[in-house]
Amino acid sequence: MNSIITSAVLGVIMMFSGIFLKKNSSIAALATGGAILLLAMAVLDLSGYHFFPVDTHNMLDFELFGQLGNCIAIAMTLAYFLLNGRDIAAIGNNPGEYFALIFFVLCGIAIATSFNSLLMLFLGIEIISIPLYILTGSDKRNLKSNEASLKYFLMGAFSTGIMLLGIAFLYGASDKGSFFLEDIASVKAVGTPMMMTGLILLTVSMSFKVSAAPFHFWTPDVYDGAPTVVTSFMATIVKAGTFIAFIRLFANAFGDMKSHWQIFIAIIAATTLFIGNITAVFQQSVKRMLAYSSIAQVGFMLLALLTLNTLASEGIILYTAVYGIASIGLFGILVKMKDFSFDGFKGLARHEPVLAFTAAIFLLSLAGIPLTGGFLAKYYMIASVIQTGSWLWLVIFALLCATVSVYYYFRVIQAMYFKEGLSQNLEISPGFKMMLILLALIVILLGIFPQLLISRLYITYI
Amino acid sequence: MVPVLLIGIPLLAGLIGFSLKDASARGWSLFASLLTLIVSLVGISMPRDSKLLSFSTDWIISLNSHFAVALDGTGQILSLLTALAFPIIFISTWKEDYKRAKNFYGLMLLSQAGLLGVFLATDALLFYFFWELALIPVYFLASQWGGERRIAATFKFFIYTFLGSLMMLIGIIYIYFHTKDHSFALSSFYGAHLLIQADTQAWLFWFIFLAFAIKMPIFPFHTWQPDTYEQSPTAVTMVLSGLMVKMGVFGLIRWLAPVLPMGTYMWGDTVSTLSIIGMIYAYLIAMQQDDLKRLVAYSSIAHIGLMCVAIFATTEPGIQGVMIQMFNHGINIIGLWIVVFLIEKQFGTRKISELGGLASKAPVLTMLLVIITLANIALPLTNGFIGEFLMFTGIYSSRATTYNVVFTVTAAITVILSAVYMLNMVQRVFYGSTNALTAKAVDIRPGEKMILAFIVILILIVGVYPEPLFRLTQDAVNTLLSKMYIKP
Repeated sequence: MNSIITSAVLGVIMMFSGIFLKKNSSIAALATGGAILLLAMAVLDLSGYHFFPVDTHNMLDFELFGQLGNCIAIAMTLAYFLLNGRDIAAIGNNPGEYFALIFFVLCGIAIATSFNSLLMLFLGIEIISIPLYILTGSDKRNLKSNEASLKYFLMGAFSTGIMLLGIAFLYGASDKGSFFLEDIASVKAVGTPMMMTGLILLTVSMSFKVSAAPFHFWTPDVYDGAPTVVTSFMATIVKAGTFIAFIRLFANAFGDMKSHWQIFIAIIAATTLFIGNITAVFQQSVKRMLAYSSIAQVGFMLLALLTLNTLASEGIILYTAVYGIASIGLFGILVKMKDFSFDGFKGLARHEPVLAFTAAIFLLSLAGIPLTGGFLAKYYMIASVIQTGSWLWLVIFALLCATVSVYYYFRVIQAMYFKEGLSQNLEISPGFKMMLILLALIVILLGIFPQLLISRLYITYI
Repeated sequence: MVPVLLIGIPLLAGLIGFSLKDASARGWSLFASLLTLIVSLVGISMPRDSKLLSFSTDWIISLNSHFAVALDGTGQILSLLTALAFPIIFISTWKEDYKRAKNFYGLMLLSQAGLLGVFLATDALLFYFFWELALIPVYFLASQWGGERRIAATFKFFIYTFLGSLMMLIGIIYIYFHTKDHSFALSSFYGAHLLIQADTQAWLFWFIFLAFAIKMPIFPFHTWQPDTYEQSPTAVTMVLSGLMVKMGVFGLIRWLAPVLPMGTYMWGDTVSTLSIIGMIYAYLIAMQQDDLKRLVAYSSIAHIGLMCVAIFATTEPGIQGVMIQMFNHGINIIGLWIVVFLIEKQFGTRKISELGGLASKAPVLTMLLVIITLANIALPLTNGFIGEFLMFTGIYSSRATTYNVVFTVTAAITVILSAVYMLNMVQRVFYGSTNALTAKAVDIRPGEKMILAFIVILILIVGVYPEPLFRLTQDAVNTLLSKMYIKP
């Protein structure tokens, strides 16, 4: 509850911050301070200190997995503010509002990671989505940004409708008409057409929200059209929060009827992996490549949804964290670049060694090379599938796709390190570099000692 | 503690190397590699049961994985080779001026750390970690300091090996879930085959073998090799051919054959046939080669192929021969690369057709090269003879295959034929008349002379008195054979 209320209040504060604070940098500083406060509140919540005793009538259930996912999303937001705070403020004329919208999204994530009723899921997902429609179009004078916003809104509204329909079907399928997850999990007549329809509709709309194929078509255009700082937020923090919600939905409501839906998820995972990776190969812009790579990474995360065992829940926590950190770092660098094509990265190792080195670590992590967190994250995913004893074809397919992913991630490394290019006179502050190094260190640290994060799933206080 | 030092010294020295000045990096890395060599020599001279030779501590607790390293078995001879090879590589390429030298030497030391980690790890996940870690620095080295087509060539190499590694990862995880105590420890892996059905072992074998086959490389997974060897800077080629290909052979001996004995027996004939096809194929192509680097690369495919056949024959002399030959091949091929490197530096070409008559101008180089070549084609009194003789004995007396005679005869013929192209190369490069390019040739400098002489002395010592190496590898041979149910 701490983070829901704090983030909402912070959002309101940020909305009015423009009245008192004139400088962009001070607004960014205020937002960073707010994010620190929010993180502290969320971590305290995780450790058992609840400051807002609200009776949610069991609509929300604050269990460790969702809480930890929420903490990760908030921590990533903090890193995101520290890295790109000024760039967020510089999107347009109303710097305070962008931060306010981001805090509202965080409020939505806090709800979506702790819902225990389908209504709350709907509420959380909508609170996430609506500010994002605005953020996507926040570069008002840019036609591409407007187009992306409109496209995202139309498609998003459509998928919201599908989600509501799915929820309605499940309501009808439950024994005495209920939105609670446990009531849906304990339905006696499992696999009735009504229930399956509801389940499939929910799967479709959630797949849309996490941009899993074949419901991903909005992703490249929206990610490409949105201001790069906003893309960074959407592709990492929002994706992480939504995915935790996706996992919680299936684990708590449909966990006992795996045999009815696993094949759908397997097909979605395989399609997502295939389309994400193959299309990313042909991209000429690093920004679009990262958009497709984020689809490809979702394909890997879906493996956890398929199995829903211990390794999966440990793995998805690690996966969202390292994927998010690496992507925030990469997008953060991309924001500073003037040329988004692969050629724009040529010779970066010579002129900006810190940027190139940290970018290389983030890319290696996304590709899943050992010593970076990305490897262990992928390890947990495939291990959780192998443990089930079936679906081996999916593992092999996923790893073949991972090999393809090396191709496009390494294109950036090759451009940075092995090709000569002219200096671009980028404006990079020492603080930005320090932050990048810190993020790279976290990626490596999680690649060697994943239990630093995973063990939090099992530590209960009080 | 010794294995931790063996991995830690090059690792730390490499990281420190990045922060040094370009001029001092060379001396620093030589110092670090000599230090590693000393530790390695101390390690192998210790009594086998010494507690200092192994180290284990918890690593990823939730996966029951340990940071477990030990200097034992097959790891001893290969860690000795690795520790020995790096000082040789550094000294022989001492005069080379690399751009951004500190990065070059730093990455070289990191690759040594990775290699030693592969040879010393006794935990499967750790083994996999180091397996990949050895690859990354080499990829950067070859792509940054290599020849014209370096980026494409090394990328092909990277993709190939990465794909192999990922398939191996599936195999490792599968076996992990079938160990009794859900552990990555080598000892648990050795017990796992009792719980894995024979038909499962049959397909599981290929998942793991693919990684090793690509690394060795076995026909038809070898296509990355000649390009990569040709395009890499010579120092890196030495690491690749002298040490990294041994990772494949080592993996087969330590992590595949004893872990999945039934799978290994089932596919023995198939793999041996592929190896022999590869040997013939390598011979046919090597005959046509005009480029010295590519010639040596193809000769390496033939040697590794023979080792692979000998492993699948599973006999005591055969395995013993493989162990010795891994060491010998590393030394000999590094010697050959040094000669190629010297020739390329002096004349600016590696084309055999453009060279000739060096013997009259550079008698010392010629003499040393001839001995190394003879060792490479396994003439008696050289180290190569010991290894290959034992391997042929092993293959011939094998009871694991019904085609032992066929394998022996065909393999022996290709080995004899390999003498043709090696001696042909010596004749065309060093004898005959000089041309405009080689007329002004000068002999090698004292430093280069010393390092080549050192290699020749090693060749002769092992060739005449191989006993110490046998003693070093006997344990490993016994372990493998008992896990393969040949010996009690």
